[in-house]
Amino acid sequence: MAKSSPVRHASRSLIWLGVIIVALVAALAGGVLWGGATIAPKLGLDLQGGTEVILTPALEHGKHVTSDELDQAVSIIRQRVDASGVSEATVSTQGNDNIVVDVPGKLDEATRERIEASSKMELRPVLLAESPATTSFTGDDGKETPYPTPAPTLANTPTAKPTDASDLNYVTPYLEAEYESFDCSSLKNADTNVAPASKPLVTCDSDGTTKYLLGPVEVEGSHITDASAGTVTSSQGVSTGQWAVNLTFDKKGAAAFDKVSQRLYNYYEAAEEAGTSDARSQFAFVLDGKVLEAPQMQGVITGNTSQITGSFTQESAQALADQLKFGALPVSFKVQSSDTISATLGSTQLLSGMIAGAIGLLLVFIYTLFQYRTLGFVTIFSLVIAAALSYLSIAVLSWEMGYRLSLAGVAGLIVAIGFTADSFIVYFERIRDELRGGRELISAVEAGWKRARATIYAAKSTNLLSAIVLYFLAVGNVQGFAFTLGLTTIIDVIVVVMFTHPILRLLARTPFFASGHKLSGLDPSALGAVYRGAGQFRPPVAVSSAKLAGARKEAAKRQTIAERKAALQNAGGAGDGKDD
Amino acid sequence: MPSRFQQFGNDLFTGARSIDFVGRRRLWLGISAVLMVVCILVPIVGGGFNWGIDFRGGSQFEVSHTKSTNQNIAIAAVHDVKSDAVVQTTVVNGDGVRVTTDQLTTNQTKKVTQELADGYKVDEDDITSSYIGPAWGQDVSRKALQGLGVFLILAFIGMALYFRTWKMSLAAIITLFHDLIFTAGVYALTGFEITPATVIGFLTILGYSLYDTVVVFDKVRENTGEDKSRLSRTFGESVNLAVNQTLVRSINTAVIAALPVAGILFIGSFVLGAATLEDISLSLFVGILIGTYSSVFVAAPLYAWLRENEPEIAKHDRRVRSARAKAPVDAESAAVTR
Repeated sequence: MAKSSPVRHASRSLIWLGVIIVALVAALAGGVLWGGATIAPKLGLDLQGGTEVILTPALEHGKHVTSDELDQAVSIIRQRVDASGVSEATVSTQGNDNIVVDVPGKLDEATRERIEASSKMELRPVLLAESPATTSFTGDDGKETPYPTPAPTLANTPTAKPTDASDLNYVTPYLEAEYESFDCSSLKNADTNVAPASKPLVTCDSDGTTKYLLGPVEVEGSHITDASAGTVTSSQGVSTGQWAVNLTFDKKGAAAFDKVSQRLYNYYEAAEEAGTSDARSQFAFVLDGKVLEAPQMQGVITGNTSQITGSFTQESAQALADQLKFGALPVSFKVQSSDTISATLGSTQLLSGMIAGAIGLLLVFIYTLFQYRTLGFVTIFSLVIAAALSYLSIAVLSWEMGYRLSLAGVAGLIVAIGFTADSFIVYFERIRDELRGGRELISAVEAGWKRARATIYAAKSTNLLSAIVLYFLAVGNVQGFAFTLGLTTIIDVIVVVMFTHPILRLLARTPFFASGHKLSGLDPSALGAVYRGAGQFRPPVAVSSAKLAGARKEAAKRQTIAERKAALQNAGGAGDGKDD
Repeated sequence: MPSRFQQFGNDLFTGARSIDFVGRRRLWLGISAVLMVVCILVPIVGGGFNWGIDFRGGSQFEVSHTKSTNQNIAIAAVHDVKSDAVVQTTVVNGDGVRVTTDQLTTNQTKKVTQELADGYKVDEDDITSSYIGPAWGQDVSRKALQGLGVFLILAFIGMALYFRTWKMSLAAIITLFHDLIFTAGVYALTGFEITPATVIGFLTILGYSLYDTVVVFDKVRENTGEDKSRLSRTFGESVNLAVNQTLVRSINTAVIAALPVAGILFIGSFVLGAATLEDISLSLFVGILIGTYSSVFVAAPLYAWLRENEPEIAKHDRRVRSARAKAPVDAESAAVTR
């Protein structure tokens, strides 16, 4: 028999589908062999166990982070996590302003501190400093009197416009009162980490012994490109054994720091000559609103490197270098949520998700066989192919794009069973409608497909639209869910176009279906095909008796014993059907 | 020999049997309107929704595989660390305890985890802990709402273009709100916790609701298009026939979509235990059933109602009725209006 064009089309579709599956398998196999992929898709923390920390920027009211700042922060936090030796941790942005750090397995305290001690570094000149920090003075009566909290009536605008960041004109009466009454023990609760960069800042060092009044920010910490600890070498190139922190600035930072160091060195020199000391010769490294170190400027620093010396030990120098290097976030962050899922709970959730999915599928299989008889197997095979494609795509995507399957994603997959099966139902019902209209099976499949296709495309576009919108606008779990929903929608369309329809085209030409076997699910007499609608009756489209006989013979040849028995009984049944 | 369900499908297709969705729309829309009012009143009268920890902010611990579910152990464990903390405990899945309390610091969280492990005699690995800032849930929901807004606008335009009438878009979107309000009402009534997972469920309902409506409307579009020039059916009857013809599909799809979700709901949460799955699947289960119901009982009657008064359609309907008056014994229209 010469192959008709629909048959050729159908075979071609099936071959292409095979090619897609083979390509996916090959991609995955190649990935596993050479690219470090795994056969099973990577799992999200909620399925595998681990800790998820979500950081949100601490900003002055009404300000927003830019995406550049966020990207920069992500890469810095990633460096920090990597430096702690945690493997497979992921750091990503979420929405427009959050950073999510996912650490599989157990999160040790040191790493947690590294992540949470997120930080914004600023270089500010010192205006006033006091050590040890006091909050009271010896009053006229000889008693210790606490400084009053600044009265709101005190002037808070400089009388003369300050000319540079070290200008004492910044110290207004209000600010002075605030500085005097500031208690270092309250530093934790003060909003010093969100202080505006262009204003002076009252703060303390991190152990609360020295109190500072600092000028506006002169160099942002993000201009520090590198920091390392080392010993100071003398002019002869011999190590003096004194520990120092070496800083490298980028071009903009170097230029700004150059200017500052010139100015501060002048204060230093003037004070040296007068035999006094001047707090203004110090500059402060401010980390998250706390002064990390405030060394004196003992020389003009030019070029893009500088060296901070002080009373460093090797450890403290190394710690400061680390903080300067890794702590140079453009904005500071606070913990918004921290979620630890134990590995046992994760695997339980995965297991229950899989069992639920399996049972759901089984119920769907039973129902579809009950509803569509043999045709139900087409649904089942289509679902199996859709499942295989979904699995392969997710495995490949998890390797290529770092996609991780989360519990919400699993839920998306399970829900997709229903959506996918619906395409087949819509299609089968359309074919049945056409059969009821009196068409014979081959043309009913074609006509039904034409109508079903329009409906399927329209409905799937709605689904895809919701998945895409959710994916781009939502965050976290919602995104994972939207992703699987979108993916399965596309796979669903591929399967119905490239598998279900071609298979039905081929099946429609088999005697079993073409003769409208009772168990085929497409039995015209069971579908009441003689009714033509609009009050007309007409018999089912006549198939030439010779062709029918040929088909019956062919069918009989291929029948198993059980089928033959069934067919015998059926022959009796068909007689009854005619009388209806 | 057709099975009863198949026979039912055949009769629906031909119009031999017809459920009058469109003609009796006052009844169907009335039922839905009453339901809506109840669903809106329940949270107002009943004290609102049970917001999960993600929306309130706080710390939560979950102890699994414990022998004792004595809640005093948990309360003592938290109070040892923070004496004035408010502690809520729930037994989950028979062998787990969920402890919800105020926001704790990292250190306090660690201590409570240890105390719980000691108290319940389980490994620390069996305890999960979460800390959630109060803004977290709102953040997720705000973004979800933004997504919803954009989606609705795009879906409205998309459907209007595809169906060539914005009234279908309007009917579909009103139906969608109907489904969302109903599901929210179920949550208010049952007091189930609303978590970000629930929000995901809500968002899927909206996808499903529209999807289902589009499938039904596509048949409506086909029928009303074909019947325009014919005098056999009024507009409302064409819509009604379309709904009846897709009814078997609607039922089959609803069952098949609901089965796996029911699988998650009953097996996943009651037997094995997975709170996230439970949260998602409950809203989905309710949503799938109501989504299917509303496509048939709300969307289609609403659409017919919206268009019936258009001059062209009203004229067509009048002509059909006068033609029918001249030939009163028309088997088919008698069947349809029965």
